[in-house]
Amino acid sequence: MSTPPPRVERDALGIERVKSRRDLFDRILIGTSLAALVLPLFALLVLFGDVFGDALPRLHWDFLSSYPSRHAAQAGILPAFVGTLCLMVLTAAMTVPIGIGAAIYLEEYAKQNWFSRLIELNIANLAGVPSIIYGLLGLELFVRALEWGRSLLAGAATLSLLVLPIVILASREALRTVPASVREAAWALGAGRWAALSRVIVPMCLPGMLTGVILAMARAIGETAPLITIGALTYVAFLPDSLNSPFTALPIQVFNWVSRPQSEFHTNAAAGIVVLLVVMLTLNAVAIRLRMRLQKRYQW
Amino acid sequence: MSKDVSIIGREPWSERVARSAFLVCGALSIFVTAGIVFVLVSQSWGFFAEVSPWQFLGDTQWTPLFADKHYGIWPLLTGTLLTTAIAAAVALPTGLFAAIYLSEFATPRARQLLKPALEVLAGVPTVVYGYFALTFLTPLLQRVVPGLAGFNALSPGIVMGLMIVPIVASLSEDALFAVPPSLREGAYALGAGRLATTFRVVVPAAVSGIGASVILGFSRAIGETMVVAIAAGQQPTLTLDPRVPIATMTAYIVQVSLGDTPTGTTEYRTIFAVGLGLFLMTLVLNLLSSSLRRRLTAGGQS
Repeated sequence: MSTPPPRVERDALGIERVKSRRDLFDRILIGTSLAALVLPLFALLVLFGDVFGDALPRLHWDFLSSYPSRHAAQAGILPAFVGTLCLMVLTAAMTVPIGIGAAIYLEEYAKQNWFSRLIELNIANLAGVPSIIYGLLGLELFVRALEWGRSLLAGAATLSLLVLPIVILASREALRTVPASVREAAWALGAGRWAALSRVIVPMCLPGMLTGVILAMARAIGETAPLITIGALTYVAFLPDSLNSPFTALPIQVFNWVSRPQSEFHTNAAAGIVVLLVVMLTLNAVAIRLRMRLQKRYQW
Repeated sequence: MSKDVSIIGREPWSERVARSAFLVCGALSIFVTAGIVFVLVSQSWGFFAEVSPWQFLGDTQWTPLFADKHYGIWPLLTGTLLTTAIAAAVALPTGLFAAIYLSEFATPRARQLLKPALEVLAGVPTVVYGYFALTFLTPLLQRVVPGLAGFNALSPGIVMGLMIVPIVASLSEDALFAVPPSLREGAYALGAGRLATTFRVVVPAAVSGIGASVILGFSRAIGETMVVAIAAGQQPTLTLDPRVPIATMTAYIVQVSLGDTPTGTTEYRTIFAVGLGLFLMTLVLNLLSSSLRRRLTAGGQS
């Protein structure tokens, strides 16, 4: 069997090119891999379109300012929205000092020994623990052992443990961007470790740390499973008034509505999702803007 | 460092306070892990005192909430493995090819745009994916797949796959990008096309990093909760049929948490026994993945 003679063509520069099966395979590969990249993004657009289309009849200001109800058309997300806001503020208040503190310890103080390696390995593994396991920990530790009950405080503490690895990793990255010369300059001027950190290093990488914190909050805001596990209520007709008060949150309210068979409640779920996505995407956009401004500010 | 300070005088108290405060923050993460292990093991201990491990591993029914109680983990395990397998079947080829495009063919500008876009997929809350699987994908699939129930393993599995694509793509892309350009140029110089270069040279050189991304994807799928809790039906069934309602380990924990099972009962402890299994499975996969990734950074030039 003889191979067919190759087709010879001239390209734009007039150079002879042999058209072969190889070129065809290459083009198939590029096409397939581009499709593999574009298809998931297309699916994401379909998802956004589907949710937004479903939600349209319920997207009203009333929806934000009403309490949940047995009548789907009157039900709103006020307690869930307030609950989520409270959770986020509390979670941030707990995660930020601990997460940044741990990052500072690992980057600035820890010697290269077994203990710091253990902490690093441990944090990497914690980042991979399924979120529902944190729910089980929160249930036994915060709800039962510390007797905080099924409260806002227990919910925020659980979420805080969940996003701690994200804040630690991001803060370490931020600390690593500060050049050694800046640190040494501070020490040379007589600053101790603490003074150098609090006056020079941390203020310099604060925007970077803040980016990590915002991304962590964007993750925490959508977490449902751990809050269900610690027993957050799915039907709340009042606003939380203290740290110990029972609560619900946006994703839980959405889950509650999705779980009902009636399609009117599915409409409510879609509207709740739109609110959730708007808040989450806003947080992400702020983080990206912050990162871009940061890259412009310090040029070494 | 304390040596240098001692030339001038004693380390001031503020330095010592700061040092210990940061140490406490760093050590806290170890207490979190210890807490997880303690809670899961102590509650599971109570569970296995009442239910023999042989029944747990031998029985083929899981009905702790019914009058006729059976504690066989297999229905939950097959449910978890089934949805994970479907998710992997979607995420592995898609993620790998997306990584190949980003690393081998995309212009720097396209990379800069497409990578964050892909990250959005990973950031969408999982209840949203659950809603999408239940109200959009399942009705769509019911037109194509005969006998597909309203709750099934197929639809949440596919949606979970979509969710995992960015994890597989991003880590695989790092691995492919780390392959030295000289290897590609060598292949081109020998007359290989892009197809041959990619699959005979670049992918084999990055295989441990790609493996790490795949394993991490599996771990994510096993631990994923809300998609399956919403769209798979919460019915523990020993089956590998993707068209019928099933329950995963995670969905079972959610189901018990939503009910009012009294504390201290065997039914209550089941969620910790299931949680321990879940924790061990994901831990092994995560450790495997990070050891593969370390091999990548240690021996990049192979």
